[in-house]
Amino acid sequence: MIKNILNLGDAALYCDFGSEVNQEINSNVIKYFYHIKKLNLKGITNLTPSYNKLIISYDLNIHSFLSLKKKIENIEIKENNKLEKNLIEIPVCCDNNFALDIKRVENKLKLKSEIILERFFSKNYFCYMTGFVAGMPFLGDLEKDMRLKRLETPRVKVPKGSVGITEQFCNIYTFETPGGWNILGNTPQNIFDTSNQSNPNLVNPGDTIKFYRITLDQYNEIKR
Amino acid sequence: MKSKDRNYFKILRAGINTTYQDLGRNNLYHIGIPFSGAMDKRNFQLLNSLLQNDYNSPVIEFAYQGPHLRYFGKDIFFCISGNVSFKIITKEGVIDGNSYQCYLLKNGDEVDIHSTNKSVYGYFSINGTFGVDYYWGSCSINTQAQIGPNNGNKFSKDLEIEIIDINNSFNKRKLDYLGSTIENIRVIKGTNYDYFSESSQNKFFKESFKITKLSDRMGMRLEGPKIENIVDPNIKSEGLVKGVIQITSAGDPIIMLSDHGTIGGYPKIATVISADYDRLVQLTPGSNIKFKDVSLEDAETLYKLYQMETNNIISQIK
Repeated sequence: MIKNILNLGDAALYCDFGSEVNQEINSNVIKYFYHIKKLNLKGITNLTPSYNKLIISYDLNIHSFLSLKKKIENIEIKENNKLEKNLIEIPVCCDNNFALDIKRVENKLKLKSEIILERFFSKNYFCYMTGFVAGMPFLGDLEKDMRLKRLETPRVKVPKGSVGITEQFCNIYTFETPGGWNILGNTPQNIFDTSNQSNPNLVNPGDTIKFYRITLDQYNEIKR
Repeated sequence: MKSKDRNYFKILRAGINTTYQDLGRNNLYHIGIPFSGAMDKRNFQLLNSLLQNDYNSPVIEFAYQGPHLRYFGKDIFFCISGNVSFKIITKEGVIDGNSYQCYLLKNGDEVDIHSTNKSVYGYFSINGTFGVDYYWGSCSINTQAQIGPNNGNKFSKDLEIEIIDINNSFNKRKLDYLGSTIENIRVIKGTNYDYFSESSQNKFFKESFKITKLSDRMGMRLEGPKIENIVDPNIKSEGLVKGVIQITSAGDPIIMLSDHGTIGGYPKIATVISADYDRLVQLTPGSNIKFKDVSLEDAETLYKLYQMETNNIISQIK
């Protein structure tokens, strides 16, 4: 299922699963990711799955590119290997103080805010990958008429918990960080828990997310 | 612990980006946590060798300006690695210290680390163990994700640095080492090399780039000739590794360093080879660098040579 393995620098394999972004290709990436993770191969220092690539970083003292490439090429993943999937429900408040870009989204999509939010909450989303900053999930797919580009000028600080959309994806800002996604609301739920060292991510690749809408009072109640 | 039994440093001035670092944490890229760890691994390794500590013992890393520390407790030795100017202040007077030499500190003595010279990072440690907490097997502080001891924050004034163990069988040693500089940064062409026009590919290797002030543990931003993208200024976000050189939409290179974001969507023109990473991170803003293209096989050999050279330097510690 890996189309091609290249090198990324001198200490990482760049496994290419295709150029498209869809759940089928991504599910293959995630299967390989979990499978190789379980093998616990000595000298592999990091695995980074994304939409359609898997990057395998290794210790140059232990592996060379060609020897590790051969090892990975010989891995067999059965088509019927099941992906572990959890359904996770996440509350989101779309109060004016949180929906930072709702006006921009209304203008760009030419839809009323209530319609936008109704469509946003009516769908389940698939987690393609987590990362950029700790625990940030990249979720998809939004309906075609809900897709728009990121902000022309990214915000210097996006508040923690912000839920944003861009193109076919939505995400949750697990930390206050710079960013350019269109923010529709904010979740009071902690998505990344530093104190939980065995499983700090609430959302993992392959999981399904259901957002549900809450009022400001409910938001404050959960926050407390 | 009663205060008279404690051994600790009090921070009189924190310095710039002063943090605990060790070799960092592995296998967390997939949840968005970079490996962190000491930026200059060779100087980290030399310091722990000089102090006869375990190879992965925590040290204190600083950038440009180090901390000013006052010591309280039993006699202890300290050492500094990197190209660093510092003073040791005791009851007998003030002396200028040398890097890669161990010095005795008594109760009430101070170390004032003024600056790193023509370099960015320096390292401070003791013949013993700092009292640190471990997060995913590492005490490295990642200030971006707020992971590590001190709540993931850099050191601040008045913080107290606990020492939980002093190695009493320690022999004072030193090393004559002037550091290692580099003329060209060697790279391997990246997975999106063909996204850039032929004239820009040539410029990338022929002309020089200046390191800007927008450089830290996450990344190093460069300015120079604009690199023209002829395919698409963005790619579908994918994993990054340290040393990857991305070209932003504005046509400027940005090199990923130890605390980098784990995924990114700018095309990758090249990746710095592992052998040159320690010396790359020590280049100061304002410096000019040139990139040189090498093959993967050469990069693997150059890394082995670099490791041999490090071991050779360690063997010269007397």
